[in-house]
Amino acid sequence: MTVTGERTATAGRLGHSAARPDGVPKVSGQFAFSSDLSADGMVWGHVLRSPHPHARIRSIDIGPALAIPGVHTVLTADDVLGDNSFGLEHADQPVLAHDVVRFTGEAVAALAADHPDTARRAAQAIVVDYEPLEPLIDAEEAITAPPIHPAGNIFRQLVIRQGDTSAEGEVVVEATYEVGMQDQAFMGPESGLAIPDDDGGVDLHMSTQWLHVDRDQVAACLGLPTEKVRLTLAGVGGAFGAREDVSMQVHICLLALHTRRPVKMVFTREESFLGHVHRHPARMHYRHHATRDGRLVKVEARIVLDGGAYASTSGPVLVNACCFAAGPYVVPNALIEGWAVRTNNPPCGAMRGFGAVQACFAHESQMDLLAAELGMDPVELRLRNVMKSGDRIPTGQVVSGAAPVEELIRTCAAVPLPPLDPSPAVMSMPGGSGRTADPARVRRGVGFAVGFKNLMYSAGFDDYSTARVRLEDGVATVTCAAAEVGQGFVTLAQQIVREVLAVDEVVVAPAETVTIGSAGSTSASRQTWMSGGAVERAALAVRARVDAGEAGPIEETYEHHHPPTFPLDENGQGVAHVSYVFAAHRAVVDVDLDLGLVRVVEIATSQDVGRVLNPLQVTGQIEGGIAQGVGLAVMEEIVLDRGLVRNASFTDYLIPTALDMPDVTIAALVEEPEPGAPFGAKGVGEPPTISSSAAVAAAVRDATGLALPRIPIRPQDIALA
Amino acid sequence: MTETVTYELMVNGERRVVEGSWLGESLLFALRERLGLPGSKNACEQGECGSCSVRLDDRLVCACLVLAADAQGRSVTTVEGLTGADGDALTDVQRAFLDEGGVQCGFCTPGLVMSVHDLLDRNPTPDDLELREAISGNLCRCTGYGRILAAARTVVARRGEASLHESEGPA
Ligand code: FES
Ligand code: FES
Repeated sequence: MTVTGERTATAGRLGHSAARPDGVPKVSGQFAFSSDLSADGMVWGHVLRSPHPHARIRSIDIGPALAIPGVHTVLTADDVLGDNSFGLEHADQPVLAHDVVRFTGEAVAALAADHPDTARRAAQAIVVDYEPLEPLIDAEEAITAPPIHPAGNIFRQLVIRQGDTSAEGEVVVEATYEVGMQDQAFMGPESGLAIPDDDGGVDLHMSTQWLHVDRDQVAACLGLPTEKVRLTLAGVGGAFGAREDVSMQVHICLLALHTRRPVKMVFTREESFLGHVHRHPARMHYRHHATRDGRLVKVEARIVLDGGAYASTSGPVLVNACCFAAGPYVVPNALIEGWAVRTNNPPCGAMRGFGAVQACFAHESQMDLLAAELGMDPVELRLRNVMKSGDRIPTGQVVSGAAPVEELIRTCAAVPLPPLDPSPAVMSMPGGSGRTADPARVRRGVGFAVGFKNLMYSAGFDDYSTARVRLEDGVATVTCAAAEVGQGFVTLAQQIVREVLAVDEVVVAPAETVTIGSAGSTSASRQTWMSGGAVERAALAVRARVDAGEAGPIEETYEHHHPPTFPLDENGQGVAHVSYVFAAHRAVVDVDLDLGLVRVVEIATSQDVGRVLNPLQVTGQIEGGIAQGVGLAVMEEIVLDRGLVRNASFTDYLIPTALDMPDVTIAALVEEPEPGAPFGAKGVGEPPTISSSAAVAAAVRDATGLALPRIPIRPQDIALA
Repeated sequence: MTETVTYELMVNGERRVVEGSWLGESLLFALRERLGLPGSKNACEQGECGSCSVRLDDRLVCACLVLAADAQGRSVTTVEGLTGADGDALTDVQRAFLDEGGVQCGFCTPGLVMSVHDLLDRNPTPDDLELREAISGNLCRCTGYGRILAAARTVVARRGEASLHESEGPA
């Protein structure tokens, strides 16, 4: 079934564009983001960061900083109360560097002062004697280079062997692709408030994606039992993966415990660029084998991801890049090798699409190359090889759920092309207000791409969420630690409870770690399924008691696990994923051949959604995700020069504005209910980002005739080609 | 800190005294940290994102680029100072942001609300490019702007209908 608009649904319930409970506070400036918090006696924290990508620390003199009036404390590695290392998967990153710094921006000292500017000046007064070391900046080299960390340079290595790895096709196309380092660039900078308690513990108010895992990492670094670290979600100004890792959490808690005062910290935009993980830059060599009539015979890929200085989620990102390396196609034989390595570049981790984005750019570029080699229409080639439910991915796992890829491709490709404007307004041409474009030298191009990825965590991770529903006097209260980062989980939680309990008033309690268990991370497009499922089941348990005639307050808590998954074996085979989600994108671009400027005119898309639970929120996720895909295709890259970040500001790191963003045409939201998913719904946040970049790149190739094997495509890649 | 100063600002129609302030503090810092008005956001402190947009007299400015002490004798309007017509706590722009799904994380929202008001005050019927250009100084990372543009168009349409009814007079 295909829907493009709102169906008849009861107001506020599932299927309806229910209003956000945080909407009124957000439009009126009353919503408290983490950067808006304050407390009596509060001081301001700040972190001194390494200016070197790789250096030995000979000495640190904090005396000059302590001498500045208004400075309360200055902390170095020796002042860390518990473990001086943290990390999501492996605790390999120092809270404060003690002997070596491994990336530009690594935390070296933390301090607190009575004014944020005093704190910044005090940081500059700290004297660190560095002995610069040669930085390891090439991911390929890192595989064999001497280790730059006791844990070695290889975060993860993986081989997937499927079928006959020596099979040959009649037609072979081969190329190397690259993806640059993208930043999540959420608007609300990292910020938090830590308040010391009389019991020796700390209350941390933080914008984050995963409260309980933050709590556990913070407690270990403070040397405290987990219950003495109480985390409450503070208003989150966007996340997109960058808040999955600990940034300042340990620092402000340490400062609070040392000063016995509430400590607030807010990153500047520059610190934000330096202080969180990014999307992994990738280098991917591909060889596609096919028959003359366009059937895929084998895909060979060698994928190297630059994980930067510390592990973060490099391992799982690599697993994703390799599992989805061949695209949503029937591929009988495959040999896929991947490495995620350590370098002295900024650490990389989660960003929307999580490994699938990089792989999609490569596999879709290969499909176009193959289509050109075969003289076939690119859309036709994709349809000829399209994956259906019951087919296998190269790990041998059967895609047992909904896989309406063919419908996505057909509906997206069928959208009428936007008309060519014979006399375009200057502002609608590449270069816009720069008035640079010569209309005679502007070419239009069209590109198509399809992508997919997993929903939820994979490869044996016990992924679960906990929710409590309480019904009292006709009002239901939901307690769940799922982080609302803007995506609208709070709206969905209300819709689910209204639907199940047939009540109108549903309160969503603040997300915290004291009264409820983990909800897992707001990532991997998983909260609709995992926390939505936990809320549904807790509500169903309440309803059962109501139906049995029970009166008075009723409360039920449910811990929702998805079916178990398993690590891949030595041949990269196994049941590693729970479910998959698919999308198709068609991009139309105008390119100024002389200046290399690109204007994206339109993105048409179809997406596999299982079931639309809130049409307006689905639309918002699709448009917002496409904006990030367009950004990666033609604008966004953290520019590195021997490990130094050259553009840590919104002046130099450009994200799409309203003028850069094309019209988005949603051709179809394909509603094929996913077995096992609460309400049949799939998460919708990531697919818009996965194949939109590849589609834009394909369109620019179509307009220019250039190979363009790297994104972002820069003006010089076109104008100087 | 160095020398501090005390001065008066006119914010949202009220006289407010800023005490113990360092002369270099921006209007954004004074609003957020000294006057308890955190509705204007700080996402870059460089004039690049528009999250801090406020009205200074009748011009839209980035509060992060204005020295607070320089705003003496002028009238500052922040998102907290907006009120709707007919006793509605929200303006028609704020309502339209909610109706059209223009809010996700909401960090850009106060700045965009100020920006859309400013545009429609100057140009009640902007075309698509005028609209996009007017809000292109406001970065949003969540929405891709689609629902925000829809909200602005809705305001234009609703205001158009309302003035049509007015001009038609009572039935
Ligand atoms: S904070 Fe003022 S423009 Fe960004
Ligand atoms: S809604 Fe999050 S930045 Fe605009």
